[in-house]
Order: sequence, then structure tokens, then C-alpha cells
Amino acid sequence: MSAAGASGAPARAVRVGLHEIFLVFLTIGTTSIGGGIVAYLRRSLVGKKGWLGDAEFVRMLSMCQALPGLNGTNMAILMGDRLRGARGALAAIVGICLPGGLIMTATAFIYARRGDHAIVTVLLASVAAAAVGITFFVAADLGRKSLKGLADLVFVALTAIAVNVLHLSVLVALLVVGALAIWWRRPRGAAPAVARE
Amino acid sequence: MKQVPALAAVFAYLSLLTVGGGMAAFPEMKTLTVDVHHWLTFPQLIHFYSVGQLSPGPNMMMVAAVGEWVAGPVGALTVVVAFFLPTALLTFGVGRAWGRLEHWPWRTAVQRGLAPVSIGLLLAGSISMARGAVHGWVNGGMAFAVFALLMTTRLNPALLILCAASVGLVRFLAH
Repeated sequence: MSAAGASGAPARAVRVGLHEIFLVFLTIGTTSIGGGIVAYLRRSLVGKKGWLGDAEFVRMLSMCQALPGLNGTNMAILMGDRLRGARGALAAIVGICLPGGLIMTATAFIYARRGDHAIVTVLLASVAAAAVGITFFVAADLGRKSLKGLADLVFVALTAIAVNVLHLSVLVALLVVGALAIWWRRPRGAAPAVARE
Repeated sequence: MKQVPALAAVFAYLSLLTVGGGMAAFPEMKTLTVDVHHWLTFPQLIHFYSVGQLSPGPNMMMVAAVGEWVAGPVGALTVVVAFFLPTALLTFGVGRAWGRLEHWPWRTAVQRGLAPVSIGLLLAGSISMARGAVHGWVNGGMAFAVFALLMTTRLNPALLILCAASVGLVRFLAH
């Protein structure tokens, strides 16, 4: 763990070009097959490029996780903005989305013409089963990393019950259980304020 | 073509629900695209999501496929912009204000409180997808095997998708 004072990135002497930002994120958007885009981002931004320190990367990622939006695109926005402002953010998000967007557009185009073949149906049923395994893994893996204590488990269960059993909309579940959970973790008393001073 | 405004509205709304990950919005995506607008069937939506797992980039780029399916390339572009622009603007704004927010006493409460809720939403999305995608013992076993392998090893999920596809191929040929 690094020192608590490692907040600001070191001042940058060389201005990073917009085309370089675009290319770096285009590369991440092209190579990050099989999810786990965070690992690709870290390898590229912290490792190869040295645009961020490790502590700064983790700090930015925790911000991305608390906001709506995908980790990959939110990180692109933050990194692009930090390097070259709004235009950098645009270059980064277009770069990271372009390859997958083109591939999925082509997929739908082909699917519309070949999707009803028997073999395609059977293959896709198997692929879908594997995809279900992956989505449960993503939830469980995040859970084992970030859930602490009974209260957290109760909030997980309440959210899932609201959506899957009570069939409330995701928005209602998010607002109601979210408000309850934030209130549960509300800042309390003077103790933290004293500790900070 | 006349579906384009509806596509934009639906995906801009879904965008704001993706707290914790794209899967959080899945139950609502199913309701709106399948039940409300009848743009595609639930199995078709699942197919796009599943093939999307093989595609590089942010894992919800499958929304482009839904847009293309409904309204061609214009639909694909509309959906991608609608799905990513609202959260991009939000992240941009919050990113710039974060220095000040970091000392806001409620920031920790928001982060700690939303963590389990976002995981609950991912779980809910997974359950909703499993209900539509997993039929029969073989597929159920395959879903569980993929889950268990990912929990215990560091295999690339795309590799497991390809393995599952070959199981499907063998079953098809043996039929």
C-alpha cells in the first residue's frame, strides 16, 4: 500500500495526442475479449503507458463503480478527460466502443439472415448457457471482493427479491433499496470528523 | 425507421440503470424491448447477449445488435449513443467534481451503500437471464460448470464460451 499522499498524478511534461488516446483505447476495445476489461485497462494505462499510478487507477475505478455506466467506458471518460479534456474523453470512449459496436452490428446483420438455421439455434443455446454461468460469476466474484457483514447480504437479497420475485422495475429497486442502504451507512456522530483532525 | 426515437428513449433510460455493470439493466431491457415494444423475442435477446460475450470491448456492446436488428445501422448508432452518452456525461461531470466530493461526508455512505445494491442488481439480471436461457439438464450443468471453473481458475471466459459451443455442436451432430 502506498502512502496516503499519493493523490495527484505527477505533472506531465509531454502533451498526449488525441490520436494516441484514440489508438490506445481502440486497442483495448479490440483485444479485451471475454470480459475482464479492467485488467486490460490496468495493463495498458498503468503498465504500458504509465498515464496513471496504481493507487490512482484504483481510486478512479471505485468512482466508476459507484456511478451508472460500464467500467470500461467510464474509465475511458475519466482517463481521456485527464489527458486532454472533453476531446480526449470523446476520443477514448469512441475508441473503446468502436470495435465491439461494429462486430455486434455485423452479428445482428448476419443473424437476421441465418439465425433460424437449426445448427445456429443449437449452438446459441449452448453459448447462452455458458453466458449465464459467466454473469453469475461476475456477480459472485464482485460479491466475494466487496461484501462485508450481514447487512450487505441483506441488501443484495432485498434487491434481487424486489426485481425477480416482486417484479418491481430495476429503477424502483435501485431507488428504494439504494436509499435504504445509503441511509444504513449514513455518516454518524462526530467520531469520524474528530479522527480527521 | 420510425422506431428510432423509441430506441433512443429506451436505451437512454436503461443506461442510467447500469449501476455496477451492464447486467443490472438486463431485466428492464427484457421488459422494454421484448414485452413492451415487441422489437424481438426473449430468446433472440439472449442470443445477442450471449454472442456479445465473445465480442471485445465493453460487455454491453450487444445493444448495438439490438439497434441494428430493429432499425438497421441507424438504429445501431442511435442505440449506442443513447446507451453511452448519458452515463458518459454524468461520469465526466462527477469526475471533475470528485476532488470536492471526496471530502463530502456522505460519499462513503453512497459508495458503501450502493456496493451491495449493485451486486444485487447483477444477481437479479443473472437470474432473469437464466430463466430464459437455461433449459434442460445439459445446459444447466454447463452453466454451473462455467460458473464453478471461473470461480476457481483464471480461465478466459471467451474460451469457456467456445467450449460450450463445441458441446452444442457435438450434440447437434450426434442427434
